[in-house]
Amino acid sequence: MNAFKPVLTEHIHQKDCHTLPFYKSVGGYKALEKVLAMQPDAVIQEVKESNLRGRGGAGFSTGVKWGFIPKDSDQPKYLINNADESEPGTFKDRLLMNKTPHQMLEGMIIASYAINCNTAFIYIRGEFYKEYQVLKETLAEAYQANLLGQGILGSDYNLEVVIHRGAGAYICGEETGLIESLEGKRGWPRIKPPFPAIEGYLHCPTVVNNVETLACLPHIINHGADWFKSIGSEKGPGPRLFCVSGTVNNPGVFEEPMGISLKELIFDRAGGIPENKQLKAVFPGGSSSAILTAEEALDVKMDFEDLVEKKSMLGSAGVIVMDETVDMVQACLNIARFYAHESCGQCTPCREGTAWLVKMLTRIVNGQGKPDDIDMLYEITDNIGGRIDFSKGSFGKTICPFGEAVAWPVRSFVEKFEDEFRSYISQVEAVA
Amino acid sequence: MNTMATPQEKFIFANPDKVDRIFSQYPDKKSATLSLLHLAQAQEGYISGSVIDTIADLVECHPAIVMDCVSFYSMFFTKPQGRHKIQVCQTLSCSVNGADALVDHVTNKFSIKPGETTDDRRFTLMKVECLGSCGTAPVVQINNDYHEGLTNERFDELLESLP
Repeated sequence: MNAFKPVLTEHIHQKDCHTLPFYKSVGGYKALEKVLAMQPDAVIQEVKESNLRGRGGAGFSTGVKWGFIPKDSDQPKYLINNADESEPGTFKDRLLMNKTPHQMLEGMIIASYAINCNTAFIYIRGEFYKEYQVLKETLAEAYQANLLGQGILGSDYNLEVVIHRGAGAYICGEETGLIESLEGKRGWPRIKPPFPAIEGYLHCPTVVNNVETLACLPHIINHGADWFKSIGSEKGPGPRLFCVSGTVNNPGVFEEPMGISLKELIFDRAGGIPENKQLKAVFPGGSSSAILTAEEALDVKMDFEDLVEKKSMLGSAGVIVMDETVDMVQACLNIARFYAHESCGQCTPCREGTAWLVKMLTRIVNGQGKPDDIDMLYEITDNIGGRIDFSKGSFGKTICPFGEAVAWPVRSFVEKFEDEFRSYISQVEAVA
Repeated sequence: MNTMATPQEKFIFANPDKVDRIFSQYPDKKSATLSLLHLAQAQEGYISGSVIDTIADLVECHPAIVMDCVSFYSMFFTKPQGRHKIQVCQTLSCSVNGADALVDHVTNKFSIKPGETTDDRRFTLMKVECLGSCGTAPVVQINNDYHEGLTNERFDELLESLP
């Protein structure tokens, strides 16, 4: 393979890289010009052929998603840019918004054109206030330059882009929760089908795409689907922004081809573990992925397939590293607490189950665990998200995948580090 | 929460142009709810019962629907907060990089526990879930601003600099 050159983050260290003049100086909006001369179907076809898969977490084919938008419908179509980045361990979309907002916006215009949409939204996480300010300027620049508005660049295509701020709710990263939230309601995910492409925002056909996914589009249009497919893994090609955090020397966002080894990410790009401590466990794809033991982590490629084989997932590509000093029971409690806080409360197994997990794990950490607690932890995780089979698209016992997102990691902590759980509990027995 | 308890003065948006601009961005009125709540909270510091009534009138829905949003989203407050909301991220990457020490630091320095406000209303301390800045852990959001990679010393300087 040729040496990889960053695609999405090539210019992020340059002065004024967030401005329109800079973006244009490095070829920005050339792809848009090209797209405006194409038929929308041809754009969809090119993106389908590139095999671009969503960078938000689910990894669904972007072109296929667009293809579900009905062509014969008179209803308005909507594109929503999912900038509600909130998966623990993930901080790449924020970087893209800060440094190359026009790249993302160009992708939005391309996607909107492809699905025949005239109003698009950026649903930005409420806490990202600075990024919200950056994007307001980005839009002002774009309107000024006729990249948005009426008759874009002399074509007959019109597009308005609206920034919508969230208000603090992890579940709004789930696309139907996000749509509910945009409609001015609590972000309770919807039962699918109907999928948003048929019935989304205000019952109209809607596509929700992640920031990084959209940022890939100008490059696919400029260089072609074949070029994109030549990067990284066959079944999920392209560049990918890997976030590495936790106990590493050099945490950050690293753009690499899909399929880079996790070992290389942790020990080369992120500089390894401070004070040469031993690696203990890793979340490979955000906190919703099952953790890997050190042994598993040192032998895995960061792509969709290899991680599924290891019974985890690539998810949002947010790698959280835990060294030998991190207590697995406390880490498990930390994650369970996150999910209990963020459970939207709609489905009983998740609302009650996450609260129970926190209560039990707190009790164990406080030295009041009981021998049955291990079995009980399995039972509760099983009750929240029992049928974990992404290949069949089955989402256990709850309306949205949040149930799996908590059951999976918690279960993996208990399974892989049962000794640590038992040692907390046996201390209790010894005292008794 | 709502109007029943004590009659409150009707809440009026200080800048009606901003309200009009918000409505002009959406195809329907209800979609403006979160944006109006943000605007009202920026003006008042929190979401009072009269704010809820005013927004419900504007977006043409029952106040309970607006209240539903207020209670659901963690960024809306139904009580006045301190001038500076110190929000310490406590999720895993921040936790393993010293977030607890930052919380303890504020607790020791100002005698407030998470969820509490200092008597002079200068600071409110909160523990929050992942702020999406794990690469620069530990991170603290004070009002709108992120402060990343904080040490106790830098945190101290920061707190001292806030009026």
